[in-house]
Amino acid sequence: MSVDKATVARIAHLARIGVGEEELQPLADELSGILQWIEQLNEVDTDAVPPMASVHDQALRWREDVINDGDKQADIVANAPDGANGFFAVPKVIE
Amino acid sequence: MSDLVEGATGPWEVVIGLEVHAQVTSKSKLFSGAATAFGAEPNSQVSLVDAGMPGMLPVINEIAVQQAVRSGLGLNAKINKYSVFDRKNYFYADLPQGYQISQYLQPIVGEGMISVDLADGSSRDIGIERLHLEQDAGKSIHDRHPSKTYVDLNRSGVALMEIVSKPDMRSAEEAGAYVRKVRAILRYLGTCDGNMEEGSMRADVNVSVRRPGEGLGTRAEIKNVNSVRFMQLAIAYETNRQIDILEDGGSIDQETRLFDAQTGTTRPMRSKEEAHDYRYFPDPDLLPLEFSDAFIEGIRTTLPELPDAKKQRYMDELGLSAHDAQVLVSDRDIAAFYEQVATGRDAKVAANWVQGEFFAQLSKAERDIADSPISAGQLGGLIDLIADNTISGKIAKDVLEFMFESGRDAADIVAEKGLTQVSDSGAIEGEIDKVIAANPDKVAEFQSGKDKVLGWFVGQIMQATKGKANPQMVNQLLREKLKA
Repeated sequence: MSVDKATVARIAHLARIGVGEEELQPLADELSGILQWIEQLNEVDTDAVPPMASVHDQALRWREDVINDGDKQADIVANAPDGANGFFAVPKVIE
Repeated sequence: MSDLVEGATGPWEVVIGLEVHAQVTSKSKLFSGAATAFGAEPNSQVSLVDAGMPGMLPVINEIAVQQAVRSGLGLNAKINKYSVFDRKNYFYADLPQGYQISQYLQPIVGEGMISVDLADGSSRDIGIERLHLEQDAGKSIHDRHPSKTYVDLNRSGVALMEIVSKPDMRSAEEAGAYVRKVRAILRYLGTCDGNMEEGSMRADVNVSVRRPGEGLGTRAEIKNVNSVRFMQLAIAYETNRQIDILEDGGSIDQETRLFDAQTGTTRPMRSKEEAHDYRYFPDPDLLPLEFSDAFIEGIRTTLPELPDAKKQRYMDELGLSAHDAQVLVSDRDIAAFYEQVATGRDAKVAANWVQGEFFAQLSKAERDIADSPISAGQLGGLIDLIADNTISGKIAKDVLEFMFESGRDAADIVAEKGLTQVSDSGAIEGEIDKVIAANPDKVAEFQSGKDKVLGWFVGQIMQATKGKANPQMVNQLLREKLKA
């Protein structure tokens, strides 16, 4: 599988990463190379192997329903470039 | 097939599917220990996990899992002992992680079925496609500043159940009945408080139209409708819009639309040119969610009696009509209130009082049953006073009004206002004699066969006793005396 310039531009947009026109073709080549490398795995017959959810042999850990976090408004908004009255403030995004 | 909509060129069938987002009742969030209570200071119930800080890891809340399974059982649905959390990727100001943790291909609950109750007394089965667990996003507030949006992350990470129906509904009425039934079931189960004003429940509505018998048409999705009435208005508007387009030879765009409550219309979301591409993939921070049959069965044993079963019992054991039973089971609080009133009393009399005078007073007071000015025990006390002939049913209605105003017990009000029914035959006879003596012409009318005059006599005596005379005794004694 190979990736073309249009696909790179679309992925970059979805990820909100600015990619200049001159960078598109080199990135497409690099990503195609990575994909081809990974595609070698297709040569292995995995029909009888269940999908692996994790490399750890352990189950999902559950927590009790207790309130033991939060109540730190100042910490939460500390890094925000803009805010007021405990809210974050961002440029208006109304639909 | 009375649900067909007549267009200019023939009948159309409306097809509706709903995605109900129900907030899980839990103290803390789906993947963090921050609180979920409504109405807190902005950003005061936010952990670093909910704020999407780098390196923070989600840990699942066991109650959220239990509540999802419980809801699945209440919706008669298949419970999946193995389910997977995925990341749904999109950018928005109130989504700090840049993705929502949700379930995509392997949800915790699969297909189910509920029976919804329609206004004409019939019921209809509506399929459930799935129920999955997911995080809520934060809240954006657009009206506090001319050029900025304020963001509060208190809701960020709160556990939601998304309940997806099959496209089984054919009218706004059915869609409304479905939402009401899902809400009732979740409230009975205690898995969601169903409070639409506070955003604990909201729905996305998928609407399409087609010619009867044809395949599904292209649908439009109307986002975040937060009341049954708005949902029904949105469906009505959207149905007409789509029919008009198709009859003019146009085609429907598959798009997301917003309902505007002010105008009762829907309009496309501005960002529709960006087709959604959520790039779901399994969340590498979370292992699959697994549990045993014993876990499911343990939850099953704690399920309460649900509305359908309760309705049947009210009809079979208490002898209520289907209509009365339906009204009383429609909400958990109403059913609990009714059962308390009915305990140790005549079930039908209790049913009549609860859904008759009591509901009338509640709606006059603009109160919900949960904050009724009088308790079930107090209403029972009033009914007892009728049963033992202390007051008449007519006086009881006035007493109930006083009870709503003051919150006091019926017996106190009756004693204070001297409303005790006169059942002393001597006193009643005295009044009757007076009226008979003063109206010989009416007596003659009665004796000449005009039975209707009896009502006039009863009225006179009730007036003379300020409504306190026992009406049965008045009737009986009057007849005896007039015939004499």
